[in-house]
Amino acid sequence: MKAGLKTVMLALAVMAAPALAGDVAPKVPIDRSKGECVLPGPEMRRQHMELLKHRRDATMYDGVRGGKVAFAACLNCHAVKGDDGKPVTVKSPQHFCRVCHDYTAVKVDCWSCHVSVPRDGAGKQALRPPHRGATDFAALKKYLKEGRK
Amino acid sequence: MTDTSLSGKARRDFIKAALATGGVLTLAPGLMLLTTGAGGEAAAADGKPAVDPKKRWGMLIDTTKCTDDCDKCVSACKEENGWQAEDGSLTDVQWIRKVNVKDPATGFAMSLPVMCQHCANPPCVDVCPTGASMQRVDGIVRVDMHICIGCRYCMMACPYKARSFVHEDIPEERKKPHAPMGKGCVTSCDMCAHRVDVGQIPACVEACDKGAMMFGDLNDPNAGISKRLAEIPTYEIRADLGLDLGVRYTRLP
Repeated sequence: MKAGLKTVMLALAVMAAPALAGDVAPKVPIDRSKGECVLPGPEMRRQHMELLKHRRDATMYDGVRGGKVAFAACLNCHAVKGDDGKPVTVKSPQHFCRVCHDYTAVKVDCWSCHVSVPRDGAGKQALRPPHRGATDFAALKKYLKEGRK
Repeated sequence: MTDTSLSGKARRDFIKAALATGGVLTLAPGLMLLTTGAGGEAAAADGKPAVDPKKRWGMLIDTTKCTDDCDKCVSACKEENGWQAEDGSLTDVQWIRKVNVKDPATGFAMSLPVMCQHCANPPCVDVCPTGASMQRVDGIVRVDMHICIGCRYCMMACPYKARSFVHEDIPEERKKPHAPMGKGCVTSCDMCAHRVDVGQIPACVEACDKGAMMFGDLNDPNAGISKRLAEIPTYEIRADLGLDLGVRYTRLP
């Protein structure tokens, strides 16, 4: 009898858990047409802060820029468009970071300094240098050797 | 790294040798390795480290060409790095400023841009209690705002007043993805590290149309800047402090 009840309870729990999670737990919005995330969802959920922190130090000390694990790349795929068709800033509860962070009541400090929406060119940092005048390595090499004429 | 015939130590030695020579190396068909050799090749924004300990980035400012009515370097820096300052404000953020000086005895006047001098022995790094005030191995001195607590000790220590405190929130539209800054942190010129890392020159140097600013690797004897430094007398501001500056001027008051 006892074992039977346990089985029933367990079955109920197994049935209820995914349904409950699906209904209540937030889902991070992602535009999959731009490719897959750097890690599968469950790993991202646990490790995104480690990735960000590692990358932050790599950029500060070693000058690592662009690539797939770049802040700008996160914004590029995860941006949510608002009613006006523009990506929403972190002021909106729809912002992809806030979707989970509001739910888990974790306050992050990133956005007091960082831009929370994708900027023209910034997301493409991964592929090529984004700023004024496309980089011409030969020209730069020449400049560094001879200076401005 | 996909399938190469080299493996283990042989492969590491091979790459080491390649790094020593510098340049672009074909590892396997269709697989290239771009290195930052002493030749001046620069890294791209490819998710790989761009800082090279063999380099020391520096600037040479020709004050004979700099005029007091021009502030293109300052506006270019503001635009690039997303800061703004009211004229005469002592508290606004400033990364670079124009200083006009006049010798009262002779009436001789000149103008020069002053920014972080990127000392080899930076006092701001010495005094920082958290390690936020830092020096990259290529000589660029900057603030790691992730760990800055805003104590402003570095601002007191800097003899050049190069650092400033961000007193107010930066509006979203003024924030730059490559130069984040925010309320409660100290900030200063980082010689446009985000540009240098992807093979570009700092915004102020690019903006100067008088040819008064020169940027390059002080450790490379073949670099334009090193050759120029060897040709003409140049000076450091407050050379008496012995800080070994990365920014040098052709003429000082």
